[in-house]
Order: sequence, then structure tokens, then C-alpha cells
Amino acid sequence: MKTTETPAPLPAESGATVSKIDVPVPRPSGKKSEGGVLNVFSHGVLIIWAIMVVTPLLWAVMTSFKSDSSIFSSPWSLPDHLHFDNWARAWTDANMSDYFLNTVLVVGGSLVGTLVLGSMAAYVLARFDFPGNRFIYYLFVGGMSFPIMLALVPLFYVVNNMGLLNTIHGLILVYIAYSLPFTVFFLTAFFRTLPTSVAEAAFVDGASHTRTFFQIMLPMAKPGLISVGIFNFLGQWNQYMLPTVLNTDPDKKVLTQGLVQLAVSQGYKGDWSGLFAGLVMAMLPVLGAYIVFQRQVVQGLTAGALK
Amino acid sequence: MQHGKYRFIVGFLALPLGLYALFVVWPFIQSIYYSFTDWTGLSPEFKMVGFDNYTRMVHDDIFWKSLEHSLLFALVLPLVTISLALFFAFMINVGGRRRKGGPAISGVRGSSFYKIVYFFPQVLSIAIVALLFAFAYNPDSGAINSILRGVGLGSVQPLWLGDPSLALWCVMAVLVWSTVGFFVVLFSAGMASIPTELYESALLDGAGRAATFFRITLPLLWDTVQSGWVYMGILALGAESFAVVQIMTTGPGGPDYSTTVLVLYVYQKAFRDGQAAYATTIGVALLVVTLAFAAIVMRLGRRERLEF
Repeated sequence: MKTTETPAPLPAESGATVSKIDVPVPRPSGKKSEGGVLNVFSHGVLIIWAIMVVTPLLWAVMTSFKSDSSIFSSPWSLPDHLHFDNWARAWTDANMSDYFLNTVLVVGGSLVGTLVLGSMAAYVLARFDFPGNRFIYYLFVGGMSFPIMLALVPLFYVVNNMGLLNTIHGLILVYIAYSLPFTVFFLTAFFRTLPTSVAEAAFVDGASHTRTFFQIMLPMAKPGLISVGIFNFLGQWNQYMLPTVLNTDPDKKVLTQGLVQLAVSQGYKGDWSGLFAGLVMAMLPVLGAYIVFQRQVVQGLTAGALK
Repeated sequence: MQHGKYRFIVGFLALPLGLYALFVVWPFIQSIYYSFTDWTGLSPEFKMVGFDNYTRMVHDDIFWKSLEHSLLFALVLPLVTISLALFFAFMINVGGRRRKGGPAISGVRGSSFYKIVYFFPQVLSIAIVALLFAFAYNPDSGAINSILRGVGLGSVQPLWLGDPSLALWCVMAVLVWSTVGFFVVLFSAGMASIPTELYESALLDGAGRAATFFRITLPLLWDTVQSGWVYMGILALGAESFAVVQIMTTGPGGPDYSTTVLVLYVYQKAFRDGQAAYATTIGVALLVVTLAFAAIVMRLGRRERLEF
């Protein structure tokens, strides 16, 4: 971390000179030129930011293996030995296993629901002319820019009156509803790009609309479904605001809430090492999945902004 | 294609639209209605009170503080994040060493490595990131002050989140940290699609790196930058700022209301203070700010679209 802060000004100055005045910089070796200096400069700043990104994550991993006393006395020292018991305590005593299970159930249910309902609505909106088509489309898309917190105040009571407060299936329905705007927006654009001829041929051959959709159009839309699926998976897995408002039963908490709960209440006997183990436990699956499916994840997350 | 068309349309739209109307559209409409009542949220009874909540809001100092912080978030965060991201993306795409006979500009070696690493925070939950940094900022045993002590700056030990004049900036820094990578990847993809001939002819004409950036790269990326700006602003006004402020700051929103934001204030009024109607009033203000922000950015940023 020392290196991340001190050298920043130096390359910044030399880089600015190079790019603004554009004087060829004489170099003893005779190798020219601007390109080389710029190259060193760009690697310099890029590495500094890379270190700034990675250091907090590595620090968390390291801390999760330390004893409580050394976390407080020397935050940067390496663990004296690897305290795997932190992880075991977090998993069992601190209910991380329950939080994981709840999260998997909620995200699994809502991801499937979002993709099915979202692609059904998007397909109809993209491919059929009917009165109100544009209105419904903008109703969905408008949901992307509205502050969700405004709706959450009455929503809490809507959900409560339906007896869905603090239930897994209630949370799933709400997750689906709030994932629909982006999903419909993205998939409508995607269905429009697919050729119409295949579906028409199927229809001429006597397939119903429903059958055409499930057997012809959905398989063709697979790349779009994967992108929007990854986008929704990460959004729902990392969701914090919706469960904080609608899911206050300690037994039903999802990962993000559970961790915050542990940290804030400190009800966990001031067991900071266990908390760090929990944090790392929650980080690793997503980071691992990201590294494996790197290309698809980047595509899925940036797809919306590039449209 | 007419046979059974409408039955099919209704059948396919009913479920998604019904769910969306019930859980999203209807609550939005309700909340605007509730902002004219004295509903507490605790009992089902309430009566209309006209603009009383709005009058109260105009005289509420904490509301004005929250509004100020939210506006600061919406202006500063996109500015800092997008500038940094453009800078890094430019370095990744043109910072390469020039090879003999090679193209005039080229990406740095290991560009995909940088992009992978920069994207890390984007896949993590903002809640986890906020928790992690809350520990790093701890004045006594946190990672940051410990570094300062380590490099001989033992006398400089800020309270970070405990200092009313610093806390808001600490919170913003975390959001910058976690979102820069997303925009680097986004802009990088855009820059890679700009034809190299454009750069080559600019370099031949004697343009420096800065000139090529401001005259070529930025105008051609303008659409992406603009939508990125709106996206970041909406996040900064809404869910992201709620998570970081609620998790990291004391109070939350403290110390001394120095970090409170509109979205947090809505939450506290509704679910802590039992003033649901007043909460929806502040929510309506947040809605107005969000829509105005998006409209202004789209309006100011309007330019002729460049084709290439």
C-alpha cells in the first residue's frame, strides 16, 4: 500500500508534459520516444489502481485468518498461523450457512421467474402490434429511473397485507417485479434483432404462438438470456435495499443483510475475525464465478449501457 | 398470424404486467397519494391534510441537508468516476509501446489483466464493500490509519467516518472505488471500436495525446459517456448511496447529519419514526430530483451523433 500513494504525483507530471507539450523526450539509449515514456507512465498509473483495487480484498482474506487480538493490534501483520476456526465459527455459530441457503433459494426462484416472465413480456412487446403496446413498454422501462425507495414505503404494507412479509416466496415475487424493467427493456431490443422468418415458417406449419415462442424463439434468444441472466443474478445476489425493508425476520435474512446484522449489532460477541471470515465467504463465490465466466459477466453487465 | 393473437398477447402479458403493476406501479401511485395524508404507517386510519407535509418539508433542516448531500453525490460521483475511468481506459487503449511497422497507437500489454482486476468490485455487493471499508476507516485499528502510522505519519490520524467534515467524502470514495472498473471496461470497449486510422491521421497532423483524446476519443464516445453519467447519477441518488451511508456511518447518517442522504431519510422516517406519509413526501422530492437530473444531463449532453 505504501507504493500506491507516494509515486502517483511523479508519473502524473511527466505524463502531463508529454501529452500536452508533446516534446520528444531525449533518452540516453537513443531509443525513441514519446511512445516509451507514455508506456511507462500508463503502466505506472494502471498498476497503482490495480493495487488499490486488490489490496482491500487481500487484506480482508488475510484478516479472516487472524486472531481477534492481532486484528486490532496490528492490522497489516500476517497471521501468526492460519486460524481456520474463524471460518468454521462463521459458518455455524454466526448462521452464515442459513444466510447462504436463504440467498440461494431467493435468487434461484427470482432468477428463473424473472427470465420466464421477462422474456414472455418482451417477446409480445417486440413482435406484436396491439393498442397500448408502446404504453406498456414505457411503463416497464420507466421503472428503471424511478427511485425504488419511494415505492418501498407503501409496498411494505401491500406485502404485509398479503401475508408475504418475511417470507421467501414474497421476497422472490418482489425481486422479480423490480428486475422486470431492465429485463424487458433489454430483451425487447434483443427479440427485435432476431429474424422473423423462422417464427413465421413455424406458424405456417401449424405451431401455435405459445409453441413457437417456447420451441423456436427462446432457444434463438439464448445469448440475450445469458447476458440478462448474469446481470440479474448479480443484482439479486447482491441486493441489499429490498430485503432490508421487506425481510426483517432474523431467520429469513439473506447474505448481505446477515453480514451487516452481524457487524452492526456486534451481537456476535465482538468476534471480528469470524465476521471477516463471513465477509470473505460471501465474496469468494461471486469473485470465483466472475473469474471463470469473465467474458460473459462483462458482457452481461455492460450490455445495458451500450444499448 | 391473426389466429388467436389477442388471446396469446393477453395470456403472455397478464402475469408479468400484473406482478409489475401490483408491486411497482401501484405503490408508486399510492405513495404520491399518501404524501397528502397524515398516515403514520402504524395504524390504518388517516385523513387528507393537503400540502401540510410539503410545508413541513420546506422547513425541515435535515431534509435540506439530505438534499444537499444527495445533489453532491449526483454531481461529484459521476464526474470523478467517469473522469478516472476515461483516463484509465485511454491509458489501456493507447498507452502501448510503439513497435516498428506497427500501428501508430496500441494498447498496453496486459490490458485484459487490468480490465479483469478493475472489474472485481463491480461483482461484489455494495453492502459487503461498505462493511469492508467501514473497518478500514476505523480510527484506532483500521487499515488506513495503520498505514499512516507505518509510514511515519503517526501524528496524522483522522477520525474518518467519525469526523463530520470528512465522513461524506469517505463514503463517496468507497462508491468511486467500487464503480470505476465498470466504466473502464465500458469505455474501453467503446475506444477499441474507434478505427486506428483516425488516430494515425491525427498523429500525422501533429496532434499530441491530449489533443487526440479531446478531439477524437471523447466526441466519439460521447453517447456512452452520457448514458453512463445518467446511470451513475441514478445509482448515486438511490440504492447505492442508501447501502453505503446506512452501513458505514454512525447514526446512520451521522455524525451530526453530515452524511444523511434523501433515500436514507425516507427510510428512517417510514420505518424508524413511524411517519410514513412524511416519508413519501420526501420520496416525492427524491423522485423530482432524480427525473430532473436525468433530464438535465440528457439535455446538456445533446450533440449531433457522430458516425464512424
